[in-house]
Amino acid sequence: MEETEAEAEVESNRDNVEVAPALIAVHPEQTSVAVAVGPDLRVFDLLAGSAASLVDECGAPFHKDSIRAIRFGSRGKLFVSAGDDKTVKIWSTESWRCVCTVSSEKRVSAVAISEDGCHVCFADKFGVVWVVDVAGSHEHVALGDRKPTPLLSHYCSIIPSLEFSPDGRFILSADRDSKIRVTNFPKKPLNGAHEIQSFCLGHTEFVSCLAFVHARECPQGLLVSGSGDSTVRLWDISSGVLLDTCEVAAKAGLLESNGEAEEHGHAVTDLCTTISGLLIAVAIQSLQGLVLLSCDVSAQTLSVSKVVSIAGEAFVPTCLGFSPAEGKLWMVTGVSSLPACNYPPLSRVRVISAIDAEQEPVVLGDDEIPGGEKLLETLQGSASVDESAFLAAAEAVKTAMRNLLIKKQYPADNRESRKKTRNDRKLKM
Amino acid sequence: MPETEVKATISKSTGLPRKRFYRARAHSNPLSDSHFPVPISPSQFDYSLHYPQIFPSSDQADGSRKIQFADIGCGFGGLLISLSTLFPETLMIGMELRDKVTEYVKERILSLRVANPGQYQNVSVVRTNSMKYIPNYFEKAQLTKMFFLFPDPHFKEKNHRRRVISPFLLDEYAYVLKAELEADPVVKLLSSATEEGQKVARNGGQTFQAVFRRIVPSDKTS
Repeated sequence: MEETEAEAEVESNRDNVEVAPALIAVHPEQTSVAVAVGPDLRVFDLLAGSAASLVDECGAPFHKDSIRAIRFGSRGKLFVSAGDDKTVKIWSTESWRCVCTVSSEKRVSAVAISEDGCHVCFADKFGVVWVVDVAGSHEHVALGDRKPTPLLSHYCSIIPSLEFSPDGRFILSADRDSKIRVTNFPKKPLNGAHEIQSFCLGHTEFVSCLAFVHARECPQGLLVSGSGDSTVRLWDISSGVLLDTCEVAAKAGLLESNGEAEEHGHAVTDLCTTISGLLIAVAIQSLQGLVLLSCDVSAQTLSVSKVVSIAGEAFVPTCLGFSPAEGKLWMVTGVSSLPACNYPPLSRVRVISAIDAEQEPVVLGDDEIPGGEKLLETLQGSASVDESAFLAAAEAVKTAMRNLLIKKQYPADNRESRKKTRNDRKLKM
Repeated sequence: MPETEVKATISKSTGLPRKRFYRARAHSNPLSDSHFPVPISPSQFDYSLHYPQIFPSSDQADGSRKIQFADIGCGFGGLLISLSTLFPETLMIGMELRDKVTEYVKERILSLRVANPGQYQNVSVVRTNSMKYIPNYFEKAQLTKMFFLFPDPHFKEKNHRRRVISPFLLDEYAYVLKAELEADPVVKLLSSATEEGQKVARNGGQTFQAVFRRIVPSDKTS
């Protein structure tokens, strides 16, 4: 009885179509906003007040499979998109032309752009981080195709998040085995990054997101990381010391009062640091809304500042973006495709303003957001979205993340039957 | 055939475990998800569990004595046992992926500790995937020696990723190793003390030793 139930569960997990969460990225000066849903990349130019038309030699659709990572460079000149189609596309944000296409051997799970805009790094599903030299790409000259070189590697572990430290000295990679590796980013990265500065060890589940708190007292920034163990932790990256832990899921009231939490149900999906007030926005699976954490840089602690919920919508954000120029937090929820129902890829964008320690955050209505209805139409695909799809989408994203990042538990009962195909077992028979 | 007596896994005469009950396949998949316990960080590694006489209680991790030798893929523990008496003041550990073989080494160390009071207290073994979890066990520049005896060459291209020595893993080994070079009494032991080395000697084969030097980080050469 137990055996067939366990078997059925393993079977149904495998049958689930891999869905990808919707992603959002905001230009540092808020001149444009990009949303990626499945293979679709949608960009809205806020200065022009219209959708940006992307130009690429290969023509639309630019990506043949789900996009897994999008990012603007910190200087705002470059934009990178990469995903399951094993390509990394580098775009110039002024002309929205694809200046470079890099092909990867494996599916890409994370991207990062160096602070000086000269290198683009991406991580694949096997744990290798690659680097591409893109110096000179902002001169609107198409670089054609570039070959990536391996930079560093986590052994056989998906890297969901890649970040550069604010001073550009370090590159951080977080993996599925709960490790965060801080490596010195060399002057000639094409020869590989071999000097490990430290390991930030402390999470008990996969580390899903990394972000830096910028502080004047600490030029290299304090690292904040979110993980599948439902905690957000604060680190000093040069020594790897864990400074503080915040149990966000518990504090946001997601766990049952008797302490029994749904296993693996409350992973932190995304983190975003806001410049002013040192507030960190945290998105958690199953939480409809956001948790705002405040970071005390001198005391080196994290504490829950507010829990923000979106009135009237079952909005579980899948990705967050912050624009320092305007001080607005952008959120998106959505999924590439829902397996059971025949919903098209869905995405919904919301904006929160007044992210400050003193003020109350305000969730902007559809007409109040920069870009207004036109932006929503471009980024969402339509101005209004069917709300009943939200919860199904959130569940699909949760299951997909669990299958990807949580280690499989094989039931002990049918161990012998699983070994049937092994060569030495076959000969024994 | 009816069994009239329980097969003793520990030999009655020497008190040591009998290898035939702990035989396992040579390969265990290092790429698979493993569910054995891994310390969250090096400070969480319980020294009192492995070296009970030196660290009687688990709160006595004062940080003064740390593991300095690590045998990666220790197999049946031959090298560790010889090193233990040669360096009685040094803490050492063996890391092995196969659980049966780790059990054998554990039993062997326990029996040796009983038979030789005061000796073999500085050696232990842990079942772990050293390719994934070395940073979880050792802090930066903690180890003075690491042993990789008879690593599987994995000649086929598709298996290159399973090699214990690879450019990427070397970064991690360099991180846990202290930068030191000295002439060593250990070198002789490499071919004579290990089971694999003894097997090669029995069959009249040759063993080769390779020496590598750490590349000094570029910002330190001036």
